[in-house]
Amino acid sequence: MRRFIIGTIAHRLAIFLYVVFALFPLYWLLKVSVTPNDLLYSEGVRMWPSRTSFEHFTFVLEHSDFPKFFTNSVIVSASTAFIVTILASLAGYALSRFQFRGKYWIVVLMLLTQMFPLVMLVAPIFKMLSPLGLTNSLTGLIVVYVAFNVPFATFLMQSFFDGIPKDLEEAAMIDGATRFRAFRQIILPLTLPGIAATLGFVFTAAWSELLFALMLISGADASTFPVGLLSFVSKFSVDFGQMMAAGVMALIPACLFFLLIQRFLVQGLTAGAVKG
Amino acid sequence: MASIDVTAIRKSYGSIAVLHGVDLTIRDGEFVVLVGPSGCGKSTLLRMIAGLEEITAGEIQIGGVRVNELQPKDRDIAMVFQSYALYPHMTVAGNMSYSLRLRRAGKELIVGKVSAAAATLGLDTLLERRPRALSGGQRQRVAMGRAIVRAPKAFLFDEPLSNLDARLREQMRGEIKRLHQSLGATSIYVTHDQIEAMTLADRIVAMNAGLVQQVGAPLDLYDRPANLFVAGFIGSPAMNMLGGTYRAADTTFVAHDNSAIPLGRAYACEDGAPATLGIRPEHVAVGGGGIVSAPVDLVEPTGFGTILHLRAFGTDLKAFTLERKTAQVGETTNVAVPPERLHLFDVDGVRIA
Repeated sequence: MRRFIIGTIAHRLAIFLYVVFALFPLYWLLKVSVTPNDLLYSEGVRMWPSRTSFEHFTFVLEHSDFPKFFTNSVIVSASTAFIVTILASLAGYALSRFQFRGKYWIVVLMLLTQMFPLVMLVAPIFKMLSPLGLTNSLTGLIVVYVAFNVPFATFLMQSFFDGIPKDLEEAAMIDGATRFRAFRQIILPLTLPGIAATLGFVFTAAWSELLFALMLISGADASTFPVGLLSFVSKFSVDFGQMMAAGVMALIPACLFFLLIQRFLVQGLTAGAVKG
Repeated sequence: MASIDVTAIRKSYGSIAVLHGVDLTIRDGEFVVLVGPSGCGKSTLLRMIAGLEEITAGEIQIGGVRVNELQPKDRDIAMVFQSYALYPHMTVAGNMSYSLRLRRAGKELIVGKVSAAAATLGLDTLLERRPRALSGGQRQRVAMGRAIVRAPKAFLFDEPLSNLDARLREQMRGEIKRLHQSLGATSIYVTHDQIEAMTLADRIVAMNAGLVQQVGAPLDLYDRPANLFVAGFIGSPAMNMLGGTYRAADTTFVAHDNSAIPLGRAYACEDGAPATLGIRPEHVAVGGGGIVSAPVDLVEPTGFGTILHLRAFGTDLKAFTLERKTAQVGETTNVAVPPERLHLFDVDGVRIA
């Protein structure tokens, strides 16, 4: 009994330490964002400033291009997430259910795209997008993000489809549905957790992407917020307070998004489909 | 309702052939059971009739119409899966009415058909539940209900009872038979359980290694198995098989230990030809007068009767009797085999007339 209690305490303590370790940078982000400029350096290592203010937030919202960056990021990330999820659902279903010629090579090629360091591809992609007029545009960014996220998202969706018994759509087809209708009415509703996970994954990937956003976009009009964050770094100083305030605000959509989809993430809808 | 004709059906996956040419005619309203060990191709054949597997060669007709090129949805058949394959996000009523909704049946018609089917299957109180809130037996019933709400040309069953425990399986077996008696629907039922096959079928199709071994009424297969496979597969405990030779002079079978078993009549077999003699355990007479005396090796009381394992004819001979034998291991007992109950097979395993 004693050993059991000690074990439980050790277990909880380990989890607690991990959570503190993982969330501490976020806490610091929040702390710095509400620390007035005059206290930023004088109270550098205090856990909480003696006086808090929202001056950085006000400044960022009123006097910087941040709202613009923010809108751009929402447009790019949401479009990327939706396009990728639709493509990946269809492709993942095909990989999961059908045998077709060239399937092996398609999978190999898709894996191959995931093996290159992205830095290598920046120059060729810039060269390709530039005559198409897609540099310095949100559309160009969406195209690139979709291309880079589809392979992984496809594998992710495939694994979710693999988890749904084939019997279900066969039963639907015998009941009188076409394969596409069976896909829409039977399989897709059961894949909602997978779709939510894919949406979330792609959204956050696009939301925090910096490399391509930095290389393909030059003007403030089409900048996304990671690029925007860098604008707080000037030649002579870094506006830590404003940068952190922007960072805190940038967390909001990601948090909202996960709040929306977490219901599906934890839901095991397939229970009861077949003997369990 | 409709008849189903299967002509020279073959199936291969790449270079691996699974079905080597199957011919089968299922009459309108008939209950046919495909039985065989795992991998014999029975499920594949059923899925080809359903349209879930492509047909490599041959032709399938349902109600006299070639269906090779038809999608499952256009074949007008219903199927009960081993896994039940209930739609987890739909209620019991939703599951049962899905096919009718796809056909855009009227709301009143749907409600009427679903409640009629639910009443037949005792699901009335469960219509608003989801599959996950049902027991195994209830799920099985919903799967059946989904099949019977519309009147399809044929019912296909793919090992529908395999996931149930023994007692429930027995009960559902009875219900399926009763259902067939009241609906009179053409049914094809796949199972590896020979008891299900025997009890349900109008006709049994015994399959092995992608070939039909024998087609016939259950008792025909039991009394006159066409070959060693059918003889060994149908019946529990399984038929005793003795190796030996046929002696024409006195129409006896000489087992490997040189004991002679009188066959009672001449068989169409050459003198001295190697053969296999089959004796069902329930036909081995124990105690009383016998042709050999055999030591008891093992006693298995089933409550219903007793299975005795005897050392006789140079092999392990099983005897089944309804009596409660109190034989002890090591005792000897007299063994007799009635000549009219014997089955003789040639070297290729084919029954000798």
